[in-house]
Formats: sequence, structure tokens, C-alpha cells
Amino acid sequence: MIRFVIRRLLQMCVVVLVLSMLVFAWLRSLPGGPVSAILGERQTPERRAALEAALGLDQPLPVQYLRFLERAVQGNFGVSTRVLPGEDALQVFLDRLPATVELSFLALLLAVALGIPLGYLAARRRGSATDTGAVIFSLVGIAVPVFFTAFLLKYFFAVEWNLLPVSGRQSTGLDATRVTGMFVLDGILTREWDAAWDALEHLILPAVALATIPFAVIFRITRASVLDVLDEDYVRTAEAKGLTTRVIRARHVLRNAMLPVVTTIGLQVGGLLSGAVLTESVFSFRGVGDALATAFREKDYPVLQVLIMAAAVIYVVVNLLVDIAYAVIDPRIRTR
Amino acid sequence: MPDPHPTPEHPRPDRPSDAPDHPTRTTYGSVRKARIDSLAAAGVDDRPGVSLIRGAWQRLRRNPVFLIGLTITVAFVMLAIIAPWIAPWDVTARPLLDKVRPQTNPVPGPEAGHLLGGDDRGRDLLSRLIVGSRQTLVVGVFATLFGLLGGVTLGTIAGAVGGWVDSLVMRIVDVMLSIPSLLLAFTIASLARSPSQWTLIVAIAVIQVPVFARLLRGSMLAQRSSDHVLAARSLGVRPRAIVFRHMLPNSLGPVIVQATLSLAVAIIDAAALSFLGLGNPDQRQPEWGQMLGLAQKYISEAPHLAFYPAGCIIVVALGFTLMGESLREALDPKSRR
Repeated sequence: MIRFVIRRLLQMCVVVLVLSMLVFAWLRSLPGGPVSAILGERQTPERRAALEAALGLDQPLPVQYLRFLERAVQGNFGVSTRVLPGEDALQVFLDRLPATVELSFLALLLAVALGIPLGYLAARRRGSATDTGAVIFSLVGIAVPVFFTAFLLKYFFAVEWNLLPVSGRQSTGLDATRVTGMFVLDGILTREWDAAWDALEHLILPAVALATIPFAVIFRITRASVLDVLDEDYVRTAEAKGLTTRVIRARHVLRNAMLPVVTTIGLQVGGLLSGAVLTESVFSFRGVGDALATAFREKDYPVLQVLIMAAAVIYVVVNLLVDIAYAVIDPRIRTR
Repeated sequence: MPDPHPTPEHPRPDRPSDAPDHPTRTTYGSVRKARIDSLAAAGVDDRPGVSLIRGAWQRLRRNPVFLIGLTITVAFVMLAIIAPWIAPWDVTARPLLDKVRPQTNPVPGPEAGHLLGGDDRGRDLLSRLIVGSRQTLVVGVFATLFGLLGGVTLGTIAGAVGGWVDSLVMRIVDVMLSIPSLLLAFTIASLARSPSQWTLIVAIAVIQVPVFARLLRGSMLAQRSSDHVLAARSLGVRPRAIVFRHMLPNSLGPVIVQATLSLAVAIIDAAALSFLGLGNPDQRQPEWGQMLGLAQKYISEAPHLAFYPAGCIIVVALGFTLMGESLREALDPKSRR
């Protein structure tokens, strides 16, 4: 088990290192290089040379890369140019992180809470109207672009029927105490119930929009996996032994069928990160995704650097955790 | 490092599987990888009898899901081809310009000669929708084609040469798969100095390369140890001929199925990029994703401006998905019962 974890950790380090090289190469390949990005319109040959020397760009590439790594490890990625001009890029990320964590968590919760029971039900009643309907719904769910789901929800629930707020994270003029930066949690912790409710209202539509794709995927995997397990020899054996349906379902079917589902849930984190970019920008929900959308559009490279590295690291770490959890659940994996 | 998913040489036909995309129980890395690999394994079938393709066709012919998907796809491609001739108005002309009132009526409604009305610049919406199918098709097809070419090249090299070349190529592929794919596409597209439909195509092609590479390599490895390759080798056929005449043609099946599914994803991803403003900014060439992005401004006044292009994207993506899913099911030897 420990060897397994160590091996996966080493693999992860390689991935992160290669990523850092890519980000480094990426910054170097910018049109005109970082110097042009900084100087913009004001550049002259003298200024360029001076700045290049000051930034160490006249050094050989490996030296530059090591310096880049050194600064990156210290959390120094430069200063935002567009998203929040003048603000430290890492700080922008840290400020925006709680909002996205809150949003993604709720979205994943919705997807899991609906996807697994529905997938199980569809598999057990295979071929029924429930099954067919749910399968069609999940196929359509995958074909609808996330930002259009967001747009639809916003149009009907916020604009037409006026049930929920149109955009943002909290109503303006609401004086709420900040603790974690996750507004709903803050409201609960400080017992400011009106603030918590207000933040939750702002969170519902983006979370539902963001949940559609993970829901569809988790539903499909659960259904396929349960169907597969139902056909297994050990289920037949259990039936032959005379175990009650209830015991068979709980101990044999559900437990075994959940294995692939666990991995899938971990993988959805990647989709949530990309989905957050689109959803947050539709709802002007000021999280990491919204910052990324602005940074992509306005070419705020220091912020992009941090956000891309962070997104990839989060994705890799989550998948590592899932793999470990998986190895704990299923002993067969450790031996491979 | 040993491959975490050794491709089974003989898929067990006795294990029925309803959905072939479900991950194998021994998932170790990612489901994505496992799915690609299981798809690769599905391409190998040594059992005699009806040929895989004929058997697949017999099942597909009577499969309503496949037929619906095929109908949508064919209709979409035909529409894209004849678009300029059936669009009632020029997409750059602004016949409804005098009806646009920025304050009171920013988007002209339907009227005689303009079935769906106009957009915020007084252009005919129906014409732009019809002609928009072209860009969507071009972006989807080229992105998938380039991704396919890149992936097939890498996968062939890895699968045919083996050894350290294989390890190197697969590690690169793994790193690419370790970044959320749409984020990678956003990043690549944002690098372009002047965004156009080609930067969009390149961005989406790049994220498809690792999928195809892994898929093809899996198939090639499975082919490598199969009987017909052994026979060819013992007959003294040159390695190059074995790779290109025996292994590659037999490995392409699952790759082509994946390409159908990738096309749907490519169209949706392209729309997402356009929506973020990373696509083609040139409005003289309408594209559904771009139209959808521009419609956001008028969510309360004219939501139909978003509904139509989004509806088109959904229907087309669904068409390719239905076709690809049923193709995959039909070509999967496990589902032959």
C-alpha cells in the first residue's frame, strides 16, 4: 500500500514538473516574449535591453527555468495586469478560490445525490420507461453546452419568473461577516442566517448548471456498472444461496458497482474546473472560473499562469486521492 | 513503468456488457484511460463467423437510435453544403437596420420575408443560422481530422516501435490527459495573437490528440501479438509492411468510432471557446457558438437570439453522439449476442 502511494506521488511530481516546464515555455513563446507583455506600447530597444537584463532574460535557458521554479515555489508569479491590475497574481487566485470551492462542492453534491440513485434505479428497471427516460435525459444533458444550460436557467428562473437572483454571489448592501470566504458557510458559522440564505440563493442556479454534465456522466457509469454487476456469477451464487434480495443488493451489487463510480467522481473535478469558467462567467459569479474567463479574454498572463498551474495541480491531486481511496476499497489494485 | 492497463489479447466474449464505455474493474489511473483502452481492446476479435463489420451493419440497420443519429447528421451536412443557396438573405447585409432601436427594440422581431426576425445589427437571423452551419461543420470536422491525424501518428509510432519510444510518447500523452481538456483548449486558443477559426480548430485538435493516440496504441499492441501478424512475420513480410498493411488497417475501427463521438464534443467545445470570445471574431462568417455568445447581452429582451443557435448545436451534437454510441455498441464484439 505504501509503495503504491509513493509510486503515485512520484508520478504526480513528474506531471507537475513537466507542467511547470510547459508553463515556462508558454510564457517564453508569447508574442514578443514577456518583455513586450510588460512594456506594451512603451517599448524602445534600450528599454527592452535594460528590462531583459533586469529580469535575467539574458541568462541561458536552464538558468532561467531554475529561477522561474524558485520564484514559483515561493509563490511569486508576478502581478495581475487585467483581472485586478496591480494585485499579486497568487493573491487573486487565493481570493477567488473559496467561491469556486463552494460552487463546485454543491454542484458535485447535486450530481452525486441524483446520479447514483437514478443510475441504480434505471439499471434495476432496465428497459422500463424510467430507464429509457433517464438515459435520453442524460444523453441530452451531455449534448447541451454548459453555458447554454446556465443561460436557460438564468433566463427562466431569474429573468422571467424572478425567483432567484440574476448574478453575483451576494446581494449588494448586505453586510455579512467574512470568515472562510465561502459565503454560505460564513453565514452559518456566524449565525447570520439571512446572509447564508442569500448566498445560497445566489449559488443555486450556477450549481445546477454546473452539475448537469457530472450528473449525466455519474448516472451513466452507475447504470452501466450496476448492470454489469447484476450479471456477475457471485450475484447468481448469492441468489442461489437464498440470500434476501435486500442483502444481495446492499452487500453484493451496490458495493461492487460503486468502484468505477468513485473514480468517475474524481475525474469530474476536471470537468467542474472547465465548467466553472463558463458557468461563472454567465452568472458573473466572482470565482476562479470567472477570473480565468477574464484572463483568457484579456490575456492576463501572470494570472493565467497561476490559475492553470493550480487547476492542473488540483486535478492531479484529486485523482491521486481517488486512486488511493480506490486502492483502499479494492485490494486487487494494490498488487498490480 | 508497466502499463497499468495491459490490453487483453482475447476479450472475454462471455462477459456481457451493456455499455462498453464502463471502466474495467481494475481501474488504476483514470477512467478516461480505461475507457480508451477498453475501446481499443474491443477492436480485436479473432472469432470466425460473420465479419465484424457485416454483423455490425445488420444490427445498425434496425437500430432506431442509429437511424435518428444518421438522419440528423446527413441533414446537417447537406444543409451546410447548400447553405449559401438556400439562405434567403446575405449574412452581411443589414436589411432590418432601420427597425433596430437600441433603447426600445434592440432586436427586430419576425416579419414577412424574415421568418425569425433579425439580430441586433439588423441582419436576417434565419440566414445567419443556415450559413452558420458551415463554420460549425468546418470547425468540427477539421478539428477532429487534425486531432485524428496527430493521434494516429503518435499512436502508430508508439504501438509499432515499442520500447522507450512507446514509453516516451505515452508519458507525453499522460501529461496531456492530466490537464482538464477544455482548460487546455482555452489556454491554447488564448495564446493566439489574432484569433480566427483556425486557432479554434488547432486548440480543439490538440486536446483530441492524446485520446486518439492512446486508443490507437492500445489497438496496435493488441494486434501485435495476434495470429495474423505472427503469420505475416513468419512469412518474412517486412516490418514496415506489417505495420501499414496489417496492423494499422485492423486497428482503425475503434478510432473511427471515437472520431464520430469526438466530432460532437468538438462542436460543443468550439461553441464554448467562441462563447468566451476565443473564437473567430469576424462576424461576417456566422457561427453558432459565436451567435450564442453575442446573444448573452439580450437575455431579457430577446432570448430567442440564443435559443436558435443553441438548439442547432444541441441537435447536431446529439446526432453525432447517437450515431457514435450505436456504432460503438454495434462494433463491440462483447455485445454480439
